Amino acid sequence: MQTHTVMAQGSAAPGGAVAERPRALAHAVEILRFNTCGSVDDGKSTLIGRLLYDSKSLMEDQLESLERSAEITGGGQINLANLTDGLRAEREQGITIDVAYRYFATPRRKFIVADTPGHVQYTRNMVTGASTANLSVVLVDARQGVSEQSRRHTFIASLLRIPHLIIAVNKMDLVDWSEERFLEIRADFEAFLPRLDIKDVKFIPISALNGDNVVEPSRHTPWYCGPTLLGHLETVHIASDYNLQGFRLPVQWVNRPQAPRDPRYHDFRGYSGQIAGGIVRVGDAVLVLPAGLKSRVKEIWTYDGSLPEAFCPQSITLLLEHDLDVSRGDMVVGFEHLPGMDQEVRAQVCWMHGRPLQAGRKYLLKHTTATVQAAVMEVEHRMNILTFEPEPARELGLNDIGQVRLKTSRPLVYDGYATNRMTGAFILIEPGTNATVAAGMLLPPPRAITPEYHDFVI
Amino acid sequence: MRSYHLDHLQYLETEAIHVMREVAAEFERPCLLFSGGKDSICLLRLAEKAFRPSDIPMPLLNVDTGHHFPELNEFRDRRARELGAKLIVRKVEDAIAQGVATPAPGEVSRNKLQIPTLLAAIEEFRFDACIGGARRDEEKARAKERFFSFRDAFGQWDPKNQRPEIWNLYNARVNPGEHMRVFPLSNWTELDVWQYIRREGLEVPSIYFSHPRLCVRRQGQWLPVNEFLPPRPGEEVRELVVRVRTIGDIISTGMIESRADSLDDIIAEIAAARVTERGSRADDKVSEAAMEDRKKAGYF
Repeated sequence: MQTHTVMAQGSAAPGGAVAERPRALAHAVEILRFNTCGSVDDGKSTLIGRLLYDSKSLMEDQLESLERSAEITGGGQINLANLTDGLRAEREQGITIDVAYRYFATPRRKFIVADTPGHVQYTRNMVTGASTANLSVVLVDARQGVSEQSRRHTFIASLLRIPHLIIAVNKMDLVDWSEERFLEIRADFEAFLPRLDIKDVKFIPISALNGDNVVEPSRHTPWYCGPTLLGHLETVHIASDYNLQGFRLPVQWVNRPQAPRDPRYHDFRGYSGQIAGGIVRVGDAVLVLPAGLKSRVKEIWTYDGSLPEAFCPQSITLLLEHDLDVSRGDMVVGFEHLPGMDQEVRAQVCWMHGRPLQAGRKYLLKHTTATVQAAVMEVEHRMNILTFEPEPARELGLNDIGQVRLKTSRPLVYDGYATNRMTGAFILIEPGTNATVAAGMLLPPPRAITPEYHDFVI
Repeated sequence: MRSYHLDHLQYLETEAIHVMREVAAEFERPCLLFSGGKDSICLLRLAEKAFRPSDIPMPLLNVDTGHHFPELNEFRDRRARELGAKLIVRKVEDAIAQGVATPAPGEVSRNKLQIPTLLAAIEEFRFDACIGGARRDEEKARAKERFFSFRDAFGQWDPKNQRPEIWNLYNARVNPGEHMRVFPLSNWTELDVWQYIRREGLEVPSIYFSHPRLCVRRQGQWLPVNEFLPPRPGEEVRELVVRVRTIGDIISTGMIESRADSLDDIIAEIAAARVTERGSRADDKVSEAAMEDRKKAGYF
């Protein structure tokens, strides 16, 4: 399979003219996923509206509908936020309650945008939108400066290990395009950014309402020499955001044709799943965990034909040389960069439910394709969002972030979240109500498994 | 040096296959909604990619309004046969006859009546998950939807209280009587769908390609002339060369004038389009929140 990314050729002008779009998009391009966050009224929805509008991704009927509602409710002023605030309750209250996803493209890239809510009450929805992002845009109101929510959202972006961050200092028009004010806010962030785990941070002064430095460079900020917001989104390097070290295939579904119409598949036994890390090649020695069975890759099967190699995050079906007992929830791994395997794990969690997390409670824990029971052994601490310091806590309430120790009913085969976002993440589900109550990020395993002890079964 | 990247269609495909397999693995009795439209055609190919060489481990379900385009029904039945898939069709007119669905006085459209018909089918077969081809780019209420969208025992969606959906860890748990709507194409756009159809060489029903058809001008749109809602006196009727961008039933599907008679033409046309796909669906024009209100009641 040809897997090289073909970058679109053609005009590099952000947005591109309407007439260029078909030619530009006929090529295959990369997708960048990003989310926008920040306090209420910092202008997130307006910014997305502006990006869509200035990149000519808005359609005439959407504009008409905006103009209609402007005449009815807005005193003639078009409200770009109405593009993403799609629920009745959101338009009634003028706030974003749940994540809205938007799609737009320029000749260089396709974008999936998660417009995530600013209210503390809806932090869980912010985590939902941010968890799949390559990049986070944290909006700050230039007048208000760094708020508690700015800190919380920056911290969550760091916790979720979102590789790239843009701090968009918005409403610069309301502070007279003051470079001093911009530098002040930047300094406020830089005072705490070194304590977080974000490597790539960019500061951009903008006015989402008027479109300054969003798609087109602003004539109001001659002191700013960096890219526009869209310019940066189009060029930021995301190719290495997936983990290609250490092969991991969580077995999702065992493909065993009952009565295959093609006799060649009579003995077909494939392990289907999405590769969660690394690269696999035909002939590679692999280990099936937690059982510890060793085998070799016989074939990498796909509907489009067999592959010589496959990589994260491809969805494939693996055939092994030996007939093994492998089922959903098991993990096939390579022999380099082995994962950990433990029944006691430590993790950072974002708590998302009104009933607090306390020691002694039991939940279902979904990690890759495995769902196991988990008991909370101990709440180790809660993070203070204002100081970024851990503080003692007996429980975690709604929207708290803290560290816990868990015991699971079956060993987890895992990596630290910092090493692998797919094999280091889990959710907790409350039995009975089936509510998703937490997002969890595993701390690195104390030791990797040692394969020599597992060689005995072949 | 070799680079390990996925282009946008490969990325969307791998994500959708993952979702399909989660459904097959986590639910007892899933089904796949197949209308014969372009989105569900992509779903079928994704199902083949997810499950071959096994059979697709779930039946196909279609709610037939009785106002479908005949070419669409023919296509639907034939594709199901070719794939060796079990096809279940539940008809709105049967639901009306059985008292499951009741039209409002004078109501001709069967759009809303699909809701009780679909919910009755879900109850009849005790489906706990329905995979559908809805996309977030279609409409702003859809833009709010999760991949795994929970429905309570009345089939209702509660947009203010959705489950957080983090990473690719989908919470697929439902209690008896509840079910999940699952949308593997959530992140696809109209253009992605057509590019995928072209890349995969998929067959689509003929009404997507330009053809001459008798149309009637109604509420600013060209609707196909049909027996269910014949032209009223004074309405303008013309034979035009048209095609559809989105297919509802025959009385609410706006035709667009177009010369696009190949996949390349369609892709070029959509890439340059200045109105959204749903701009041609009469059922969405009822109010600003028409889609949201129908979805809360169980609409697909």
